[in-house]
Amino acid sequence: MRSPVLSLTSALAFAAIAFPATAEGKLTVYTYESFTAGWGPGPQVKKAFEAECACTVDFVSVADGVALLNRVKLEGASTKADIVLGLDTNLTAEAKATGLFAPHGAAGENVKVPGDWSDDTFVPYDYSYFAVVYDTDKLKTPPKSLKELVEGDPEQKIAIQDPRTSTPGLGLLLWVKSVYGDKAPEAWAKLKGRVLTVTPGWSEAYGLFTKGEAPMVLSYTTSPAYHMVAESTERYQAATFEEGHYLQIEVAGITTTGAKNPLSEKFMAFMTGPGFQDVIPETNWMLPAGKTDKPLNPAFDKLVKPAKTLLFSADEVAANRKAWVDEWLGVMSK
Amino acid sequence: MPLARDPRIAAGVIALAAIGILVGGAFVGLGIEAWRNPEGALAAIDPYLLRVARFTLWQAMLSTLLSVAPAILVARALSRHPEFPGRGLILRLFAVPLALPAIVAALGILSLYGRAGYFAEPLTALTGGTWPGIYGLSGILVAHVFFNLPLATRLMLEALQTVPADQWRLASQLGMGARSSFRLIEWPALRAALPGIAGLVFMLCITSFTIVLTLGGGPAATTLEVAIYQALRFDFDPARAVALTVLQIALTAIVVLALMRLGANTTGDANLPVARRNFIQAKAGEATFNAAAILLALAFVGGPMLATVAAGLKADLGRLAGETSVQRATLTSIILATLSATLAAILALALVTARRALATVRNSRKKTILERFTDTGAGFVLVVPPIVIGAGWFVLVRQSVDVFALAPFMVVAVNAVMAMPFAVRAIRPAHDAASERHERLCAQLGISGWNRLRLIDWPVLRRPLATAFAFAMALSLGDLGVIALFGSDAVQTLPYLLLARMGSYRTDDAAGLALMLGLLCLALMMLADRLGKETPR
Amino acid sequence: MTSAAVHLDQLVFSYADTMVRFDVTFAPGEITAIMGPSGAGKSTLLNLVAGFETPREGQVLIGDMDVTSAPPADRPVSMVFQENNLFAHLDIASNVGLGRSPALRLSATDKQDVATALARVGLAGMEHRLPRELSGGERQRVALARVLVRDRPILLLDEPFASLGPALRDDMLELLASVQAERGMTVLFVTHQPEDARKLAENMVFVEGGRVAAAGKTADFFKSSGPEAFRHYIGNERQ
Repeated sequence: MRSPVLSLTSALAFAAIAFPATAEGKLTVYTYESFTAGWGPGPQVKKAFEAECACTVDFVSVADGVALLNRVKLEGASTKADIVLGLDTNLTAEAKATGLFAPHGAAGENVKVPGDWSDDTFVPYDYSYFAVVYDTDKLKTPPKSLKELVEGDPEQKIAIQDPRTSTPGLGLLLWVKSVYGDKAPEAWAKLKGRVLTVTPGWSEAYGLFTKGEAPMVLSYTTSPAYHMVAESTERYQAATFEEGHYLQIEVAGITTTGAKNPLSEKFMAFMTGPGFQDVIPETNWMLPAGKTDKPLNPAFDKLVKPAKTLLFSADEVAANRKAWVDEWLGVMSK
Repeated sequence: MPLARDPRIAAGVIALAAIGILVGGAFVGLGIEAWRNPEGALAAIDPYLLRVARFTLWQAMLSTLLSVAPAILVARALSRHPEFPGRGLILRLFAVPLALPAIVAALGILSLYGRAGYFAEPLTALTGGTWPGIYGLSGILVAHVFFNLPLATRLMLEALQTVPADQWRLASQLGMGARSSFRLIEWPALRAALPGIAGLVFMLCITSFTIVLTLGGGPAATTLEVAIYQALRFDFDPARAVALTVLQIALTAIVVLALMRLGANTTGDANLPVARRNFIQAKAGEATFNAAAILLALAFVGGPMLATVAAGLKADLGRLAGETSVQRATLTSIILATLSATLAAILALALVTARRALATVRNSRKKTILERFTDTGAGFVLVVPPIVIGAGWFVLVRQSVDVFALAPFMVVAVNAVMAMPFAVRAIRPAHDAASERHERLCAQLGISGWNRLRLIDWPVLRRPLATAFAFAMALSLGDLGVIALFGSDAVQTLPYLLLARMGSYRTDDAAGLALMLGLLCLALMMLADRLGKETPR
Repeated sequence: MTSAAVHLDQLVFSYADTMVRFDVTFAPGEITAIMGPSGAGKSTLLNLVAGFETPREGQVLIGDMDVTSAPPADRPVSMVFQENNLFAHLDIASNVGLGRSPALRLSATDKQDVATALARVGLAGMEHRLPRELSGGERQRVALARVLVRDRPILLLDEPFASLGPALRDDMLELLASVQAERGMTVLFVTHQPEDARKLAENMVFVEGGRVAAAGKTADFFKSSGPEAFRHYIGNERQ
């Protein structure tokens, strides 16, 4: 018997070495899976940009933003990606530290996101706020503030995500931190009684929520838009919190590989223009960061518009994340 | 007999080497990376981690006990009633949980026992207060039993089937009741297989991830696997990941070695099974008890599955089945699972035959290291998280090759190695019993190597091999492990698609895909059963 | 086929905490009965000749050939066990045919030989039966048929008829005697029945405590001047 593992591996190694170099007139974009899915923005974006640039766009997708960064890190300078699209602002400091990204030029001028977030390397393409989404059938009086959420009836449960394994989980952690500051551990200690369970990712928590296990879930202000537009139901709504909402911005950047490809800057300009931005709301279910040509679906007007935007800088998050997560663990795992 | 002459031992050594390279290579990859930044390894050990380790062990031990003890009753009942209505279907259904992604199973279980589950109202009425759902340790245990009770039942049934028919005949002739035939016939057969099965279940529970987090109610319920995942995925801290993996292996080793001490290495009666089955005549009281055991297990395992089916039927199945992405993912899943299962069965067969050959030549001397590795040792791959293997290899070879083109091969190799311990459990009882009968005769007649496999072992091992294959396939079908870290468009399997749909509000689609995944698994089980049927002569 | 002597030369073998030493020669072309109390080492002796066990010291010689380290299949030896002589899933013809080709690739001549051998042991026409359809005596006849097609000069029998009734047993002994007479094999026959030895074997080897305690003509053993240990053993057996 030959060792199948070995022979497979060596066969592959050979195939990989023989892999041809990137062809001219081709742009490789690394992004996350739901971007390139049939219902996601990917297919329309590809079509529109290819018509404009007379080139080929090659999407390579991974599970989510974190996997995206890991993949680029692992590939290092030899990455095939010209553009990495789909990191969020909590990941940008770490991404920059890899030295694998190049400054983007002028593309940032076309976009405007709350809190005037801007960066020389990464360009926002959409954003949303974290919010507590609730089931109007089950919960008649949703909390009106983070304080009310923390101190409310422990029988009304909320499903949240683990900040160690998920982006929204980290979002809630930062939200509580930005509102409560040093008092965050006390807030978590109170909130703990309302927490039904802490899931590894957004999907599990949202699944529990739509199954009726919890009347509330941590999600986005834009979540109700999906239910209104795609399912024509107003049953699920986001609660407006007085203290403001924590912002999530999704960004794209040019890699050092992509800096050599003239198509990269073209794509960044396209990304911030209407050809891309028009597609975003009803495919990615996020708010466009740049100008759109078409008016947004009226459902988006019904969404929560936070009075105040909460956001830590990428550097602050990078510097404190571990300590804050440990602090959270200390309270929640008692 | 000199060792070198026996091709079975050579095959076992090659299989071990393949597994060793897969795991070792990953450790080398992470080790090199960890060397550059070793402080993570030390920082990993803190009081929180010790709490995690304690909880990990505690839940795994309880889960194992609760899965294995009832499985003895159920397996025994099934073995004593070969004509039980629907027995074949029950056994096939018992393989389905393995193929379900953890979150699907968790949601299925919550449909029954959750706060909004079918049983919530009666339970609220019964307990007085609002039914709080099963979040916490109880939820984790229910889910682990859901996964592992059917697995343990099938593996134990496999062990019980090695009891020679003559013994059953003898038992019924001697008028042995249920109690004494259990004590004198079934228990000895089970006892030999029990440590292996319990060890397997324990390892599955110790590495549980999604179940523990989703049903655990909060980070107090966390396993080491979560910490490893966090270390690699979020912090990319290979030193910590390696340290935690080593800790996980060490903890598992302690428990599994303790389990081994409980087991006896008995080999059954070596006589020719001349009599046709079945001579068991259970009395009415015992028959009722057995029927109750089977039906209870069926209800426990079938309930969440029914809930999954009910949820799946709400989806637009016609549209789903028509989607190219679904068809492609189904095909990808089937191909990857078939390859993994084939590889797993080959590895398992090589290890089982090598172990037996080594045990035969050593007589009463102590087991050699090699034999230990072909025995329990190789099973420890189960507690090496696939994410560690994936990451390690990717780090190791990224300089020289396009690592992401490797993804499909990685998935096949890792799934095969992870399914191998199950295949070993399925094959070993039948193989060893047959070997006990045939060893001297084969040596005497010079039947070895390919001839032995073809003429002697294959006919005997056909059915257990089919079981092993089916289990390995189910396991690979539901797996997400390797792709979890990086994802890859090259390996968009059904569970991957399912999670992607769930992650973009499409819960109905996800439920529909779960149903399709379950049906696919069931179909494969039926196919495997057909392939495994001994052809009547 | 020429007859060959079996010579165990200063053989030492240990297993767990027991140790045996054999130094004995079995006459070529004759039947030797091996008797002795349970656990004396009779089966070990056969296993050493057959090659299932490897001695720590000494040599196993068959004729002039040193087979001490040869694997069982390479020795000029056939063996019939008390049980498990047949593969349950293979039919009778295949079970016998394996004696000719371990790959079960049988030429027309081979098949003819198998049929002849089966007829010789009184199982003509049973080629396609499975072992479970046969009685215990018939199964041992199949094993003998395989010995015939294998055609090796040495035959080892480890209590092959222990589970058969007296009449059947006599039939088998007769069959064995006539087969041996035809082929001139050197037969080592482990038995617990003095009657078997008396009927069949010219020679006797008495094993006790892992050693050959006495060896000689069977007839001499049953005389009142026979070895003391043997008489004692028989006496015990008869009680």
